[in-house]
Amino acid sequence: MYSVTLADQTDFDGWRHAARQLALAGVKPGDVRFSVVGQTAEDLFENASSLLPEPPAGAEFTVPREVVKRLEQVIHHRDPDRFSFMYRLLLRVSREKNLLRIASDPDIQRLERMEKSIRRDAHKMHAFVRFRKIDVAGEEWFVAWFEPEHYIAEREAGFFRARFTGMKWTILTPWRSISWDGADITVMPGASKEDAPADDAAEDLWRTYFTSIFNPARLKVKAMQAEMPKKYWRNLPEAPLIPGMIAGAGKAAEEMVARAPTLSAPHHARIQEQYWEPKKMGGMAEEEIAATLDALEKQAEGCRRCPLWKDATQTVFGEGPRDADVVFVGEQPGDQEDLAGKPFVGPAGQMFNATLEEVGIDRQRVYVTNAVKHFKFEPRGKRRIHSKPNSGEVQACRWWLDQELTLIQPKLTVALGATALTALSGKTMPVTKNRRQIVTTESGLRVFVTVHPSFLLRIPDKETAARERRLFAEDLAAVRDLMNAA
Amino acid sequence: MEKLAILSDAAKYDASCASSGSTKRNSLATGGIGSTTGAGICHSYAPDGRCISLLKILLTNFCIYDCAYCINRSSSNVRRARFTVQEVVYLTLDFYKRNYIEGLFLSSGIIRSPDETMMQLVEVARQLRVTHRFAGYIHLKTIPDCDPLLLEEAGRFADRLSINVELPTDDGVSRLAPEKRPAEIRKAMGNLRMKIEEKSEPTLRTKRKERFAPGGQSTQMIIGADAANDDTILKTSARLYSSYHLKRVYYSAFSPIPDAKSSLPLIQPPLMREHRLYQADWLMRFYGFEQNEILAGQSDGMLDLAVDPKLAWALANRQRFPVDVNRGDRESLLRVPGLGTKAVAKILQVRRYRTLRLEDVGRLCQSVNKVRPFITALDWQPGGLTDSPSLKARMTPQPAQLSLF
Repeated sequence: MYSVTLADQTDFDGWRHAARQLALAGVKPGDVRFSVVGQTAEDLFENASSLLPEPPAGAEFTVPREVVKRLEQVIHHRDPDRFSFMYRLLLRVSREKNLLRIASDPDIQRLERMEKSIRRDAHKMHAFVRFRKIDVAGEEWFVAWFEPEHYIAEREAGFFRARFTGMKWTILTPWRSISWDGADITVMPGASKEDAPADDAAEDLWRTYFTSIFNPARLKVKAMQAEMPKKYWRNLPEAPLIPGMIAGAGKAAEEMVARAPTLSAPHHARIQEQYWEPKKMGGMAEEEIAATLDALEKQAEGCRRCPLWKDATQTVFGEGPRDADVVFVGEQPGDQEDLAGKPFVGPAGQMFNATLEEVGIDRQRVYVTNAVKHFKFEPRGKRRIHSKPNSGEVQACRWWLDQELTLIQPKLTVALGATALTALSGKTMPVTKNRRQIVTTESGLRVFVTVHPSFLLRIPDKETAARERRLFAEDLAAVRDLMNAA
Repeated sequence: MEKLAILSDAAKYDASCASSGSTKRNSLATGGIGSTTGAGICHSYAPDGRCISLLKILLTNFCIYDCAYCINRSSSNVRRARFTVQEVVYLTLDFYKRNYIEGLFLSSGIIRSPDETMMQLVEVARQLRVTHRFAGYIHLKTIPDCDPLLLEEAGRFADRLSINVELPTDDGVSRLAPEKRPAEIRKAMGNLRMKIEEKSEPTLRTKRKERFAPGGQSTQMIIGADAANDDTILKTSARLYSSYHLKRVYYSAFSPIPDAKSSLPLIQPPLMREHRLYQADWLMRFYGFEQNEILAGQSDGMLDLAVDPKLAWALANRQRFPVDVNRGDRESLLRVPGLGTKAVAKILQVRRYRTLRLEDVGRLCQSVNKVRPFITALDWQPGGLTDSPSLKARMTPQPAQLSLF
């Protein structure tokens, strides 16, 4: 039987040295007793040797670094049996590969529980320390009394230093006290509650806040106590108010409900008149036919001709010169267009712009718009997956496209993809068959047919993508030639 | 002190108090005060079970809007008050130095114009950050129609910005908040997402990221003030998360307010419904559920109040169970009632070395009784339990316990 006496409650180096010697000598966990200086009760094991065994020559003892780190944390737990537990675990880890990964093992479960309990205690310390301000030689000094569950005060000094760097402070606890004077952390012996200041004027303000922020109609006492256990209450200046708040909550909530609605506040009518009445005027009814593109755009902002407005951010109207010779029509705005409120600004738009530039078409000279003016999508977590507008939606949105074209009177329109072609021609037509051709619609509109640039972005194969991209550029070059010829 | 009472009372109907999700920082280099750890810290809890992490106040509760559900609406007879910028700054610092709070959540009634109101909010944040080298958490409520330049300033000083959608549907908003324009709220959230994304790219010149609301944006919906059902609410959430990359959508059970408008339900706030919505929200964000799966088969579009939405889904989709804990993939394990994301991660790790028995699963999760009917393990087959008609009754907590929420 061996007896090991550690220098204090968190003497990890002492424990580590002893544990190593014992492990090298092959001492079983049941044959060691750990204690802390000054805390040894009467010695039950009179035969125990306080001398550590001499390890056999050439003996080796290795464990993963991880276990050492984790045991160094666990030594802060208040469980008096922890030193023996740590030794037992150390021996098991040295023998059983991957033991630390096996969370279902009872010892690992215990280790994780202890770690969790320490983390929680540290978290509660960060939360529930309450400083009181005192004057030390003409300077502000903040002092707190706190009772952690485990031996963590010293280990948490870093947190408070990083947070309250610009303050001078002291946290007193029963085991250790820590202090920061603006330059150094000092660790001092434990203290008692009487050593801390008794009051701080700011606490009245804090209690006022605590009472006012509470909503008596939502009493959830258990939820509060789960997170703020009663053991912490005795050092919280707001806690003495809690019983009264709970007791009065029912009555306070009933009173709110019972109170009859009152007349509007005196200033209400004046506010309505000053701020809101003027704004209720104006606005154009949709049925009136807009005389300009600007007026049309304004009308389209409130479009509810199909349900797509419900999920989209905004109407994305066409953009470009009001008298453009060429109008490009795409399918619908995408994620980026929906946010920006402008057509062709997302990835497909960038591809489109790059190709325009490549073939020498100035985007400033052409008008770009979409067949459908709200983004249709399916939410997938943090992404929106584009979904194709159905024929009803395309049909509903032609109301706007037709007026855009009537007001602009372009010489040529370019249908980018099938949806645009349907919207422009009024019937379903295959893009591939009519590609790079001009279709004349019943209303006499000339429609040049090509693919939608987003199609180019979806081709996984590099070679095919490059070829399609060339074809698209050739299409736009043909449009350029038509523009120049006109 | 009376001002503080009025202006914190006026702010308590905003559910968010989170101080999490921002970047880590401290005061070691600046010699100021304040730090953020990434995870939030709740410094106290009120008896309503809500965490008190931030000093949550309004700059003023004067407001030109008349939103029926709001205690500060222009027609309300509530007492009015107004803080100066200085007062808020010093109150924040005084509270922070005593470790009462993680930081400030500042909102305001709208006075005169959105720009003027926003300017004052930004000024509080600026003084805290610049004048007082305050590195704690700052959450600013953003006024939808304000100048983009002010928004830019706000993002530079704040950890989180939020714009409340208020109600699940636009119709609800136009009925209860006639002066608010849902279209503007959406655009503002869209703008915010674009700004956050733009600033998360390193700038060309300095190769450094500019600071812009590192804690992202969030929003709040009031539950139970209008007739929208849970399906509609969750659809709206799914839309908001995907469209504006929100960090959080907060659900706030409509709570009777003093001096309420007669058009509103004066009932106990539907706290259990709010709780179930949060659970469903979690399923969408962390458990791989699609919004339309959660309520599939529930004809009234409402979440079951008696059991949590994951259990409700499992009971309605028993053909998917039992899942073998030793073979099932992560996605299927996440669907098992009683297995959280942490338990699933542990199961996946442990089973690389050991074949799990029921007892092992018990050590990895909170309650093996909840899990048991839905899994198989080395020594466990649920047999007829999975399909037993009485399963729901067995798994439903006693009604008496429900009142805890």
